[in-house]
Amino acid sequence: MSTPLLEIDNLQVDFRLPTGTVSAVRGVSFSIHEGETMALVGESGSGKSVTSTALMRLLPEMTHISGSARLGEQELLKISPRQMRRVRGDEMSMIFQEPMTSLNPLHRIGRQIAEVLERHRGMTGQKAQQRVLELLRQVGIPEPERRVRSYPHELSGGQRQRVMIAIALACEPKLLIADEPTTALDVTVQAQILALLKDLQQRYGMAILFITHDLTLVRHFAERVCVMRHGEIVESGDTATVFERPQHDYTRMLLDAEPSGTKAAVDTQAPMLLEASDIRVRFPIRKRLFGRSEYFEAVRGITLNIRRGQTVGIVGESGSGKSTLGRALLRLLESQGSITFDNTDITHLDKSAMRPLRSRMQVVFQDPFGSLSPRQTVGEIISEGLRVHYPELGRREREARIIEALQEVSLDPAMRRRYPHEFSGGQRQRIAIARALVLKPRFLLLDEPTSALDRSVQMTVIRLLREIQRRHDLTYLFISHDLAVVRALSDTVLVMKEGQVVEHGTSETIFTRPRETYTKTLLKAAFMSSEHAA
Amino acid sequence: MLTYTAKRLAMAIPTLLIVITVSFFLMRVAPGGPFDGERQLPPEIENNLRAAYHLDEPLPMQYLRYMGNLLQGDFGPSFKYKDFSVTQLILQGFPVSLELGGLAIGLALIIGLPLGVIAALRRNSTVDYMVMGIALGGIAVPNFVIAPILALVFGVLLAWLPAGGWNGGALPNLVLPVIALAIQQIAYIARMMRASMIETLGSHFIRTARAKGLSERQVIWRHALRPSMLPVISYLGPAIAGIITGSVVIEQIFGLPGIGRYFVQGALNRDYTLVMGTVVFYGVLIVLMNLVVDLLYSALDPQIRYDD
Repeated sequence: MSTPLLEIDNLQVDFRLPTGTVSAVRGVSFSIHEGETMALVGESGSGKSVTSTALMRLLPEMTHISGSARLGEQELLKISPRQMRRVRGDEMSMIFQEPMTSLNPLHRIGRQIAEVLERHRGMTGQKAQQRVLELLRQVGIPEPERRVRSYPHELSGGQRQRVMIAIALACEPKLLIADEPTTALDVTVQAQILALLKDLQQRYGMAILFITHDLTLVRHFAERVCVMRHGEIVESGDTATVFERPQHDYTRMLLDAEPSGTKAAVDTQAPMLLEASDIRVRFPIRKRLFGRSEYFEAVRGITLNIRRGQTVGIVGESGSGKSTLGRALLRLLESQGSITFDNTDITHLDKSAMRPLRSRMQVVFQDPFGSLSPRQTVGEIISEGLRVHYPELGRREREARIIEALQEVSLDPAMRRRYPHEFSGGQRQRIAIARALVLKPRFLLLDEPTSALDRSVQMTVIRLLREIQRRHDLTYLFISHDLAVVRALSDTVLVMKEGQVVEHGTSETIFTRPRETYTKTLLKAAFMSSEHAA
Repeated sequence: MLTYTAKRLAMAIPTLLIVITVSFFLMRVAPGGPFDGERQLPPEIENNLRAAYHLDEPLPMQYLRYMGNLLQGDFGPSFKYKDFSVTQLILQGFPVSLELGGLAIGLALIIGLPLGVIAALRRNSTVDYMVMGIALGGIAVPNFVIAPILALVFGVLLAWLPAGGWNGGALPNLVLPVIALAIQQIAYIARMMRASMIETLGSHFIRTARAKGLSERQVIWRHALRPSMLPVISYLGPAIAGIITGSVVIEQIFGLPGIGRYFVQGALNRDYTLVMGTVVFYGVLIVLMNLVVDLLYSALDPQIRYDD
């Protein structure tokens, strides 16, 4: 085989912190050939992003990097900062995970692309402008002549990532490092961006170092893969082999962590728990003192019935109104339409009348870091609802319930005296579930409860949710953009788009025999359509 | 943008109304009156004076009369400077205060911004600690302490500069008051610029700029500077208010014939109309300056557009 384009040998990255040295990357070696796509896959904290950032020499100064990284003739770790700057953006460029914040908000996008051309090619004026337009066209930005004058905030996340790609490709690099380039984007946008990268890769013949936590993407996108864990590569090889015959336990565990299983449908005679009809939610865009105010309708007439013990999954992309619908159903948001919960019409109940019902309907939110008060102990967080709903409980009884709730979510009850920051994301999500469970609810709104978690942690949370559902005959409304997770948990699924239901049916039907084009597009983008499986 | 400006101006009316009303009644609650002096006036004369200025009417009547005159743009006559109307006094004093305040703000920006940038770029170095230490001192020591010290050291002991007086706005007379007025603002601006610069340097788009292969100088000048200045710009509104209230003290200490001095003397003499006049003037000025600052902000940040 030809000499590799990039050859990394025994790369070691240490962060020198006041508290001691932390080794983020430990003796990593791999190589990439021209025109090839190699994936670096691993969970958070595995050192995959540190590895790529170290190659670009973009890490903060207190890091110590050793080993060797050769790009063609150049030793990237040894050349002077000035020489390195000549490599960056020219021979080797990078796109990042955060399309929303990676562009300078105060500069027009045309200028941001032209800047690279000026830096590395000395192109200015008309010539640079021509190339900028050509690049915008290549990355699929509509109306490039107009868009070239846009500011980043005028573009969507997907479009911003396209602009980042244009910046990265402006000088036709030999190597593109793509660090989780689609993680922040909706699945359909993700599919478009990946297709674009593949297309441009062929056109420019560049190699891609693709960093991701998503094994499904690796399978469809990369020829070779390195699996990282705790700063080391535990397994590498060509993608097909690694996926079919994983050698290392960790790889096997990651592959097993892909959500699987389905939920059995509930008896069609089970009593109704929540009935909602023609729910509409609108937000004011512009309030006028006189004349008509303008509104944005986030939820446009949705009817939904949930039986006891059922899990209704709501899937949709960002802005589809799925979270708004969830909150409206619990009367956490004002809405039009009628809602009956547990045989009580709650449509017109005010806050104080809703309060006694709240113990029966609880919520778990997406953000395990933001949704627990940092100044309360876990015990205080869990018992707060008890103080509201069961003020008659004595201290000892309250303790007993906290302990019970923590055991329920498989956490050590001794942890109740600690604060949220001492826990991992998965543990915090368990705390949030315990906080909801302690009130013995009948209905749980789960709003993207697993989206911020690594796949392997996600799997344990899914397992937990299944188990407590069975144990307590709970009813779930499960909101997620992650189709695989929804499939694993729900018996009925609602596909939402622009505030409306596109398709509604049993999980089985939606995922194997979707009727609507939009559902099919979603499934295809998530590599879940039957065409892919075949 | 025009509608926005009009809206903001309309919203300023209740603010000003409250300021005027509160100051009006506060002033009257203070013991003493405009005609109390060392020499006791005969009661008949005092009564005549009070009647001439409508001070014998019930307070609510006086309030309504004052507001009525104000609506016609009439600040009324000064009780103490009998040959002058309040409007004349303000117009006389304003150029002095404007020059003083304008120079102080300018100086604060010229010194504060670079200091903050340097401290941010040399974060946790000796330079950084020195700049931040001095800035902390500048915030901690109030200007009524700094001003006499400056006057004493540079005006009296070293005799390099005049310790007070206006002298028609001659440069040497300006140096000490401008510095005394600017020091606190320099400190605030430097601290703010440092914090904001550090935040910007850690942001994703700076990483992008570096990934493009730009030099550190290009990264800072093209990408980091302008976004870092935005918080400082929005601080300029409060800064101007700070300079105005500061100038009240500074003008008194250095004996400068600005509005601030009229304000202090008006308050001491219970010159009701003069105090009210300066309060209204200051109020309008602060409201206008805040509006100017917000419009400036929107000119610098394309994400902010006032279109209704």
